Amino acid sequence: MVLKTETFILNAGPQHPSTHGVFRMRFTLDGEVIQDVEPVFGYLHRGIEKLAEGLTYPQDIVFTDRLDYLASMTNNQAYVVAVEKLAGIEVPERAEYLRVIMAELMRISSHLMAVGFLLNDIGAFLTPLLYMYREREKILDLYDMVCGQRLTYNYMRIGGVSQDIPEEFLPALQRLIDSLPRFIKEYEQLLEFNEILLMRTKNVGTLSKEAAINFSAAGPVLRGSGVKWDIRKADPYSVYNRFNFEVPVGVKGDVYDRYRVRIEEMHQSINIIKQAVAQLPQGEIMAKVSRVLKPAKGEAYGHIEGPKGELGFYIVSDGSANPYRLHIRPPSLINLTALRELVIGTKIADAMAIFGSIDICVGEVDR
Amino acid sequence: MMSIFGRSVLPPAVHPAMLAPDWPSGFWSHLIIFIVILFVFYIFMAMAFIYFERRVISRFQIRIGPNRIGPFGLLQPVADVIKILIKEDIVPNNVDKWIYLLAPAVAVVPSILIFAVIPFQNGASLIDLNIGILYVVAISSISVVGLVMAGWSSNNKYSLISAMRVIAQVVSYEIPMALAIIGVVVFSGTLSMNGIVQAQTVPYILLQPLGFVIYFLASMAEINRTPFDLLEAEGEIVAGFNIEYSGFKFALFYLTEYAEAIGVSTIITTIYLAGWKGPFLPPAFGIVWFLIKVFAVFALIIWVRATLPRLRIDQVMGFAWKCLLPLSLINLLITGAQVVFWPNLSQWVIVGVNFVLAGLLIALWSRFFKLTGDKVEV
Repeated sequence: MVLKTETFILNAGPQHPSTHGVFRMRFTLDGEVIQDVEPVFGYLHRGIEKLAEGLTYPQDIVFTDRLDYLASMTNNQAYVVAVEKLAGIEVPERAEYLRVIMAELMRISSHLMAVGFLLNDIGAFLTPLLYMYREREKILDLYDMVCGQRLTYNYMRIGGVSQDIPEEFLPALQRLIDSLPRFIKEYEQLLEFNEILLMRTKNVGTLSKEAAINFSAAGPVLRGSGVKWDIRKADPYSVYNRFNFEVPVGVKGDVYDRYRVRIEEMHQSINIIKQAVAQLPQGEIMAKVSRVLKPAKGEAYGHIEGPKGELGFYIVSDGSANPYRLHIRPPSLINLTALRELVIGTKIADAMAIFGSIDICVGEVDR
Repeated sequence: MMSIFGRSVLPPAVHPAMLAPDWPSGFWSHLIIFIVILFVFYIFMAMAFIYFERRVISRFQIRIGPNRIGPFGLLQPVADVIKILIKEDIVPNNVDKWIYLLAPAVAVVPSILIFAVIPFQNGASLIDLNIGILYVVAISSISVVGLVMAGWSSNNKYSLISAMRVIAQVVSYEIPMALAIIGVVVFSGTLSMNGIVQAQTVPYILLQPLGFVIYFLASMAEINRTPFDLLEAEGEIVAGFNIEYSGFKFALFYLTEYAEAIGVSTIITTIYLAGWKGPFLPPAFGIVWFLIKVFAVFALIIWVRATLPRLRIDQVMGFAWKCLLPLSLINLLITGAQVVFWPNLSQWVIVGVNFVLAGLLIALWSRFFKLTGDKVEV
C-alpha cells in the first residue's frame, strides 16, 4: 500500500520563541524534514539609513545604537570610524585604547548572548542563558559606570569618546577580567563533554569554506568554516596592530565549530583587554572636531570586526552637515543568506540550532 | 474467590510478607475515604510540585524564584490556578470540536487513576491489586491518547507535529520501561505494589541499578520531561499539543504534566526505593518516608531538566531502540540468571555484582553508541 503524503508549510515567526525578535521562516516540511525555507524579514524595518540622511553626523550615532542592540558599542565604533575616515580626523591615543576596551567587552557580552541563546534553542531550559546573563550583567555595569547606559550607550564620538573612564572603572574591569576566564571555563566544562550537546551540534549545519566565502559571510560564521579572516588582523583599524592575539578558526564549519569559535574569541578578547589596560596612555579623549562637522565632498567606507562579523558603514558626503547617503553592511543579514543552504534537508530542531548559531540580531537585519 | 468488594481483594498467599492492615470499617468507607484522600493528595501534590520545581529550578539558574505571594511564595501555585481558571476559554473555529473538548479529560483521568494502587503506607492504598504494577504500566500510557487527540484536533501544524512526535516517542519507550519493571518483579516475586515494597529488604535501586537507570530514562520520555521534551519543545514547536488550549482545558493539561511527574516519582519510590519503608520512624509514619523519597526523585528530575539540552527526534528514537532496549533485555537476563542459579546468594554480593555490571554495560554502550554525527532516519 502506498500512502499519499504531501508536504506542508509551517510558519515559524514572526512571533516565535526561537527567532530572536521578529524574524519569520516559512518552512516547507516533509514530516519533520525541511524541504525548503523562505526567510522573511523586514518586520523591524525602521528606515535607519534614510533617517540618517536627515540628521547631522553626530546625531546619527544615536541610530547606530539601535541597529544591533546587543552590541551597541561596536556599532558606534564602526560608524565613527567611517566618519573619521571621511573627514580625516585623528583620534587621540587614549580614546583609541578606550574604544578597544569597550569594543572587546562588547564582543564578550555579545558572544555570551549568542552562545546562551544557541543553547536555549537547543533546548537547555534557560539555565545556560541565565549563567551567561550573570557575566553580561557585570559588563553592563561597567558600561553603566562609563556612560550611564546599559543598552544603548551612545558612547563613541566622532574624534574620540564622550567621557573619560571614572577612577573606579579600572579596578572593576580588572576584577572582571580576572574572573571571566574561570566562568567561561565553567561553561565549557558544563557543555563541552555533554553528549547531548555534541550530538545536537556536531555535523549539523555544515558550511564549507568555499560556500562561506561565496555567501560573503563574516565573523564567527566565516571563521567557524575555517577561514582565518578577521578585520582586526586583515585591515587593522584603531590600535589593534599593537596587540598580540590569535584568530580562532573552526575545522568543519558546523554549529559546534561556530560555538567553539565564539568561546575562544571570548578568551582572546580578555587577552586584548589585558594588554590594552596595561598600555593605556594618559591624555586627551577627544580630538578637536568642529561643532558642526561638514566633511568635504567625497565618500568613505569604514569597517570593523563586530561581534557578529564585518560591520561597515559607507558614507557619501555632499559637503553639508548631513550625510548624503549612509549605507550599512549588516553582518547579521549577510550571514543569514547562508541560512537556506544550511537548513534544507535537516529537521526542524536542527534548523533552530543552525539559526541560533548564525547569531543574528533582527534590529541589524532589518535596520 | 478474589473479590473486589472488601479487603480480601488480595489473596493473602501471594506473598508471605504481605499482610494488609485492618481498616476500621468496611469497603465503602475505605473507598470513599481513600478517594477523598487521593484527590486531596493529587491536587496538593500537583501544587506542591509546581512550587517545588519553580523554586528548585530557579536555584539552579541563579535566581530566586516566586517569593512574593504568601510566605516564601508558598501561595504562588494557588495564584497560578486562579489566574489560569479565570482566563477566557477559547475554542478556535476550525477545531474538531468533540475531540478537542474531550482531549483534556482523556489526558487527565489516567494520571489520576495511577494513584489507585500506590501504597502510601503499609497497605494504605485505594486498592492493592495483585497485578498493581501491570495496571500502572497499562494506565500510564493512556494519557498519550489524550495528547494525540489534542494535537490532532487542534488543527494546528505545530500541535500536529507534536502529536506525531509523542506517538513515536511513547511507543518506543514503553518497551524498555516494561522490561525494566520485569527485572524488579523477578526479584520481588509479586506484581502487587505493596508486595514489591514489602519484598524490598534492600531497596531495588541497589539490586537493579541498571534497571533503575533504564526505568528513569524511559519514564522521562514517557512523561515528556527534558531531555525528551520534544512534545513541547519550546524553541521548535512553541508549545506543542496544547498550543490552542486556554483556561481550564489548558489547566488540565498542565495538571496532567505534573500529575504524571508525581506518578513517576511515586512509582520509582515504590518499586526502587522501598516505598514507605525507612529507618528511624515508627511504621505508622511510613508516609513521611514516602513523601521524602518522592520529593527526592522529583528533585532529580528537576536537576536533569535544569541541566540538559533536548535531543532531536531521530536521536530520541535511536536511543530507545539501540541503547535502552538491548540494555533492558540484558538486565532482564542477568536478573533472571541470578534468581534462578544463585537464589541463596547474599543480596549484598548481588548488589556489588550488579553495580559493576551496570557500570560496565553503560560504559560499553556509550562507546558503541556514539550518536555524535550518525544520522538515523525515522
